[in-house]
Amino acid sequence: MSVTDERVEAPAADFDPDRAWRVHPQVALRDESFGALAYHYGTRRLLFLKSRALVDLVSALDRFENATAAIEALVPEGERAQYTRALARLAKSEVIDAH
Amino acid sequence: MPTDGMPLRERFTQGLDAPICLTWELTYACNLACVHCLSSSGRRDPMELTAAEARHIVDELADMKVFYVNIGGGEPMLRPDFFDLVGYAVDKKVGVKFSTNGTRLTAERARRLAKMDYVDVQVSIDGALASTNDSVRGEGSFAAARTAMDNLAAADFGQFKISVVVTRENVTQLDQFSAIAESYGAQLRLTRFRPSGRGVETWERLHPTAEQQRMLYHWLLERPDVLTGDSFFHLSALGAPLDGLNLCGAGRVVCLIDPVGDVYACPFVIDKEFLAGNVRGDGGFAAVWRQSDLFRSLREPQSAGACASCGSYDACQGGCMAAKFFTGLPLDGPDPECVFGHGEDALAARDAAAHPGAAVGHSKVDRHGTPIPVPTPVRFRTRALA
Repeated sequence: MSVTDERVEAPAADFDPDRAWRVHPQVALRDESFGALAYHYGTRRLLFLKSRALVDLVSALDRFENATAAIEALVPEGERAQYTRALARLAKSEVIDAH
Repeated sequence: MPTDGMPLRERFTQGLDAPICLTWELTYACNLACVHCLSSSGRRDPMELTAAEARHIVDELADMKVFYVNIGGGEPMLRPDFFDLVGYAVDKKVGVKFSTNGTRLTAERARRLAKMDYVDVQVSIDGALASTNDSVRGEGSFAAARTAMDNLAAADFGQFKISVVVTRENVTQLDQFSAIAESYGAQLRLTRFRPSGRGVETWERLHPTAEQQRMLYHWLLERPDVLTGDSFFHLSALGAPLDGLNLCGAGRVVCLIDPVGDVYACPFVIDKEFLAGNVRGDGGFAAVWRQSDLFRSLREPQSAGACASCGSYDACQGGCMAAKFFTGLPLDGPDPECVFGHGEDALAARDAAAHPGAAVGHSKVDRHGTPIPVPTPVRFRTRALA
């Protein structure tokens, strides 16, 4: 069988949470029971958003002035660091982009 | 990341509401007769889906948010509505990756493809030399594929893919394949030789030896940029897992639609045992994907059977269903190419009567109905390129 040629993980990179972010215009999200599948039509990469809360955060990014504001509004205090890291990974793989 | 506990691989094993991607063989018509053709292609099936029916499938895939389809055949470019259908899919945001033997990929068609977004092209060769390739794909097929690659490069198509089925004869040419890909700025894609279709007859002779498989595993580990379609996950039992999901996605995250609309669990098992339904039935493709008894049973936990006591079962999951089925091995036992040799033992012990044998499928036949020996020398329509 052949699931996909795409890479599954991407390493974390510099991510500026004080900028405004959004779902990359070339990315399609598909809701799944575990979270969502994300497909980037430009890089042809398939990625996984592994929780519903992360999908909600990513989808809401463009309604906030910057990523920090979105995280503060949507993520409980004790979990903000890991969500920031998750967004950094998604930025590196271009699932989200600064605009 | 916070999750609710279940590893992703297990989620996929239980199946998704829609496939991640699927294989769609557009036609059984082919102007080549490769000895390993997994769909035994040659003759167009008179019941082939019409252009309207094919568009309806695209509508369904778009509704299900299937990100892309892998289009193959037969030779998909032989379908008269090929470009219409590809354009229709892309407009609906269903990306297209199609495999071609290149014989119909003229300079003009390459330019047309270069203008389209979300289209990936894979040109197949099975040897880095004409002699190696043509013994599998037919005389003249290497030159035709290279011309197609030249046309894509001249049209500035961008990064296309060169697709190779790894055989006993071409596994020694891996570096040469890399060099060809590099010369075009193309990506190399290697896939596993499965004993499906006409490959049932040639697998014994052409599948890589155990030693070659170990070499291939290490070669791939060092080259994560070489694509594999996740097809060598049985080799992950050798150590570090290869890149990819490393699971059998049949009926769980992938499936196949054939040219007459039959839906099979796996792109490599066109056999009635793995037929889940037909897109022409009530509810179309979505109903087959979500409700067929076969797909439901594949999403149940599978027995590890004879592999249960092997420490590497988690790594290889018992290997490939298609490879087992077509070599007459039980599905809950080792892969015929098990890296620990358990498959070879099972092959020696198998009940020859249980072997499903070669499917004539859509192979070209003579007037007595006897399959024409392959590979068949082919004559290509030539065309002035000026």
